[in-house]
Amino acid sequence: MTAKTSARSVASMLTNSLDAAVAQCVAASPPQDQHDLVIAVHGLRKRYGGHEAVRGIDLEVRRGEIFAFLGPNGAGKTTTVEILQGFRRASAGTVEVLGADPWHASSAWRERIGTVLQESEPEPGLSVRECLQLYAGYYHAPRQVQETLALVELAEQADERASALSGGQRRRLDLALALIGDPELIFLDEPTTGFDPSARRAAWGLIAELRALGKTVFLTTHYMEEAERLADRIAIIAAGEIVAQGTPQTLGDRQLSSTQIAFALPRGTELAQLPAALAERASTLGEGRVALASTRVAADLHVLSGWALQHDAELHALEVRRPTLEDVYLQLTDNDRS
Amino acid sequence: MLIKLITRAWQRKSGPSTKSSAAAQSPAATQSSGAAGPSAAARGLLALLAHEVSYDIRASVRNPRARFFTFIFPVVLLVIFTGVFGHGTTIIDGQRVQLSRFYVPGILTLSIVVAAYSNLVVSITTLRETGVLKRRRATPAPPALLIAGQAIATLATVTVMGVILLVLGKVAYGVGIAPAALAALACTAAVGTLAFACVGYAVSGVIGSPESAQPVVQATTLPLWFLSGVFIPTHNLSGALHTIGTLFPVEHLAASLQLAAIHGSFASAISPTDLLVLAAWGVAALAFATWRFSWLPSAATA
Repeated sequence: MTAKTSARSVASMLTNSLDAAVAQCVAASPPQDQHDLVIAVHGLRKRYGGHEAVRGIDLEVRRGEIFAFLGPNGAGKTTTVEILQGFRRASAGTVEVLGADPWHASSAWRERIGTVLQESEPEPGLSVRECLQLYAGYYHAPRQVQETLALVELAEQADERASALSGGQRRRLDLALALIGDPELIFLDEPTTGFDPSARRAAWGLIAELRALGKTVFLTTHYMEEAERLADRIAIIAAGEIVAQGTPQTLGDRQLSSTQIAFALPRGTELAQLPAALAERASTLGEGRVALASTRVAADLHVLSGWALQHDAELHALEVRRPTLEDVYLQLTDNDRS
Repeated sequence: MLIKLITRAWQRKSGPSTKSSAAAQSPAATQSSGAAGPSAAARGLLALLAHEVSYDIRASVRNPRARFFTFIFPVVLLVIFTGVFGHGTTIIDGQRVQLSRFYVPGILTLSIVVAAYSNLVVSITTLRETGVLKRRRATPAPPALLIAGQAIATLATVTVMGVILLVLGKVAYGVGIAPAALAALACTAAVGTLAFACVGYAVSGVIGSPESAQPVVQATTLPLWFLSGVFIPTHNLSGALHTIGTLFPVEHLAASLQLAAIHGSFASAISPTDLLVLAAWGVAALAFATWRFSWLPSAATA
């Protein structure tokens, strides 16, 4: 999309939608208002038979923010989202979304929520425009169909059969269907899974536009890069528990502040044979590689190389680097799994 | 009022189904109609129901599988059966009649079961497993409305099919039906359609994938065409086979529709016992469906 058309579509939207304009004013004010919580979850648990998929999580999402819920497959993301949407009932804990318990929520509550599911086919037999007209009919004050099509850049495909759209276009139709009711809160469940890089970038542009519309966005993803790029705040879930929470800047502060020293253990040596000061901080990376977090890089390297010389060993594949957010994410979710 | 809704839905349907020509010249027209006036939900529950029904009908009319099995297949069967056997005779309710008079209500039975049961099983299973039902459930539309919409769309389909088969029977094979009997036939057809729709919902609840829906439908209907007086008069069946047929609802629908084909008065053209059996199947299936129905794909429920 060109910047010009997106700017125009956003502008026309705002003039046409009073709600969006008001919402944007709210979003533009500093996020000091701690009480304006769109989602408040405390001690949420969900059990399926003997398996506990979600094990006591707390979440808070404020109005107007993009909140990324990050975790590997099977970590409990979709279960949590389905509870927030009212599709499943929590086993324990309190859940409040837009001031109501989703499991008992009314039709009026659903007017205020938009949903993009992880996997869903378009309506069979209908054209793109008809899909939107069908869904527009479900809401009391829907957005205009044509304008919504323009927002997701499907205006040219309006009269095509929805099932004939490409994968990326279907995803945009899903987004249009979620937006047609002009919701305050939008759930996006892994919106870019399976996208090629350019389609992903285009989708990110669209999600960023939702922020401009003043929408609150709850985004699940398993791409750290996506969360980092889009989100105001991120929570990482692994094996049903929140393992980190914060802004992209503060997330994993502790891990990021230390440098990683990685190397291959010399053949025939064990981790325990390293100098005690290093061994206690080291962890194995697999394939005989070892990593240790260091805040005093020169001193640690000195000890390490001294040890290697003493044992007449070579430190193959020695690497000294600052971890990325992606490393932090993998470390957090991996530790928890083992 | 139901009739009014159905006709309105059909009128709406006939517009956009001429899609290729409409797409060429009318984007501006549809655009303005989209922007004009309050939404269906804002105009009340009835408007919302009409809205839902019109799109459900559009979707089913544009489905090639449904189009073939619902509209073309019964006509082909009627032509073949009456062509091959039409001049023979059989006995219905103690009267000797031409076989063409047996096949018109028989194929109408098949058409009702295909439209209500077979189509619903396949389409509900597919909609559920592809996430469409879940997405619709996330909207403010009441869940009962989404189900009622499909039931009414099915009634509309059956109405059209009934008219086609009865007109064909009258024009091509001289099988006329008295006006009073026609009213009885309409009542029976309506009860049968709703009962089979309920059975369709119940069965879709136990099918895990769209791929297995079609075989299940065939396996549950094909034997019954032979045992229930649809393809072969029950008069020609052995007592045991006929008894097996009566255990299932198809036989009761066929038997009472055949009464309407041979009798002239409302009272003799309707069979309260058969209607009760159909209604009982419907209620039991509805109870099962309510217990078993899911908006979420079954893969996700596991």
